[in-house]
Amino acid sequence: MSAALASSRTNGSEVVKELAFFAVIALLMSVMLLGVETVDRPTGLELAVRWDLVLIAIVSTVIGRLGLIFRRESISRLWQAVLITVTAVAVFEMFVRFRELDDRWVSPVVLDMAFGSVVSTILAIAFVVIVFATAYFTMKVQGAVEVDQSKKLSAKIQLTYRSNTKKIGLIGIVFFFIFPLLFGDDRSAIDLATLVMIYIMLGWGLNIVVGLAGLLDLGYVAFYAVGAYSYALLSQNFDLSFWLCLPLAGIFAASFGIILGFPVLRLRGDYLAIVTLGFGEIIRVVLINWYDFTGGPDGISSIERPSFFGLADFSRRVPEGAISFGDLFGLDYSSMHRLIFLYYLILVLALVTNFVTLRLRKLPIGRAWEALREDEIACRSLGINPTNTKLSAFAIGAMFGGFAGAFFATRQGFISPESFTFLESAVILAIVVLGGMGSQIGVVLAAIVMIGFPEMFRELAEYRMLIFGAGIVAIMLWRPRGLLSFRDPTILLNMSQKEKVAGEIK
Amino acid sequence: MSMLKIEGVHTFYGNIEALKGIDMEVNEGEIVTLIGANGAGKTTLLMTCCGSPQASKGRILFEGQDISRMPMHEICQLGIQQSPEGRRIFPRMSVYENLQMGAITQDPKHFNSDIEMVFDLFPRLKERINQRAGTMSGGEQQMLAIGRALMGRPRLLLLDEPSLGLAPLIVKQIFETIEKINREKKMTVFLVEQNAFHALKLAHRGYVMVNGNITLSGTGAELLANPEVRAAYLEGGH
Repeated sequence: MSAALASSRTNGSEVVKELAFFAVIALLMSVMLLGVETVDRPTGLELAVRWDLVLIAIVSTVIGRLGLIFRRESISRLWQAVLITVTAVAVFEMFVRFRELDDRWVSPVVLDMAFGSVVSTILAIAFVVIVFATAYFTMKVQGAVEVDQSKKLSAKIQLTYRSNTKKIGLIGIVFFFIFPLLFGDDRSAIDLATLVMIYIMLGWGLNIVVGLAGLLDLGYVAFYAVGAYSYALLSQNFDLSFWLCLPLAGIFAASFGIILGFPVLRLRGDYLAIVTLGFGEIIRVVLINWYDFTGGPDGISSIERPSFFGLADFSRRVPEGAISFGDLFGLDYSSMHRLIFLYYLILVLALVTNFVTLRLRKLPIGRAWEALREDEIACRSLGINPTNTKLSAFAIGAMFGGFAGAFFATRQGFISPESFTFLESAVILAIVVLGGMGSQIGVVLAAIVMIGFPEMFRELAEYRMLIFGAGIVAIMLWRPRGLLSFRDPTILLNMSQKEKVAGEIK
Repeated sequence: MSMLKIEGVHTFYGNIEALKGIDMEVNEGEIVTLIGANGAGKTTLLMTCCGSPQASKGRILFEGQDISRMPMHEICQLGIQQSPEGRRIFPRMSVYENLQMGAITQDPKHFNSDIEMVFDLFPRLKERINQRAGTMSGGEQQMLAIGRALMGRPRLLLLDEPSLGLAPLIVKQIFETIEKINREKKMTVFLVEQNAFHALKLAHRGYVMVNGNITLSGTGAELLANPEVRAAYLEGGH
């Protein structure tokens, strides 16, 4: 293997040196964090060493570094993917095996078990090495050609995407509309789809503030909370229906957006981010402490579920004077009716958000947002009022957050400040950033990746967060500006599709 | 009639007095240039006219109206447009979108004739209509900055160093276009420049600024012939 490497740009001894260097760094970093554990023994707290974990850390680092070296040596994309998958599986496998042995490993009585795990480790490493070697020699033979092809292929994919954005969007919409027909009986699938759709809507709403107007908002969840509590409180105290409360929740959230907007108008970048972060926390802390009004940490429970546009009810036992949904359409009662109705409701709400955003982008106000993101001074010199422009972005973004919040409240039937922590803001922001700032389809993809995948792989328990983190790192490595990170002009004159790609700024 | 009249303007950046009592005027239909060394306060004066930063003393009259306390975007809506220092076009937008941005406060009914006018002046922009502005050359970006300012239908056009960082041939082209705009469109132009030779040759009148004060003024030809100006700004060849 080293002989093969020697013939390329990096020679074998350099590779070994590099790997050794990273092994030492991994050792230094992991020895205190992973290597020592305090154990509660009858004699009191004692230190136990866990060299196995240190070894795993070192081995994973070395393998990872080796992967990066291969990447540097211009391996084809396909093989990279294979390598990384196999490596991840191998490391994961080792991890699990070692964890199972953990307790016994601490007291080195069961030597054969330890021996067994060492053997399995060596096997795993050998496996990885074989795969790497195969990949490397394959690359030697046809590497150069494949690299060229893969570059062309990615360019082709990009071109196809960019010249067919509308079609792709339509296919997506159709798919989401027929989703309940395909998975109508699967309660968890509909639930998950609804959850993803909530985040898509929140992502689209935040995209107005962050992606279009370029105002980094770390407290977006505040507007989500305002919307949710608006609906919950209005419905409980004044007995208003969901359909009346929905616009009201939007209006309340929008006015909170303006309240936040005023003091932060002069701020930009990091400073703005910190103030919005603070705003998000203020809302949450107020919700916790204003016990008489919001119910404090207990939250608000048994929030009214939405009716079928005020015509019919979804409950099994219909209250006096109301018609049940099943009777209205001559169907038998099914608890899925309400879930599917909720799914379609959030789908329509999200599509409204998307439609409004796409329209606004073509109007002067949307153009002004984008211009403001690029250059505030130039905007002012063109006669754009930056105050109004920023406030409108905050207000409209917040309004959609409010709608989503009202929907969240009616879907859950119970809300508490727990649901509106900073982590939520961070997840929504991550969706916008990973999707590619300002890209509407990017938000959908990122929401599926960020929300859908971790939920789908819930069986993997704590490892799913590990994989999730690795996934985000991978996205940032390969697509540092987000999954779909190009902005096409909203208007193109006398142009064929091919020319569209010209003049992309990286 | 004087279109822009600056009376005893002082501008501060914190405690630093950048403009120390400036008096000057720009008459309708003129090209007036302001020359001076780096840090003399040229850009500060131009930006003070636009309201950012605001003058702490003195008055600025635009067509008889005091604009020295107005915010920048309102001043710009009165009919003053600028091509700012460093051009400040929107790099990720196309040329067409940049020009649309220029016309954002204007009545859309003028848009088509205005954009034709800009393309007549700068045929290069028409060739690049769908290109991202940030990928164009410096000269093209400068043309776009001027074109964008013209889309705002100004009566007074402020230009801040349009020759900055451009090849001599392009500089010549830009200055010819500025003259054309002035001659054919009867546009009043206030030009801030370091390239004193070209600017003074073009301008009807000129002012020389040193350390926040106006030290000399006169017609372009007078200033070109002035030995002080020659020694400070022209020798060494342009």
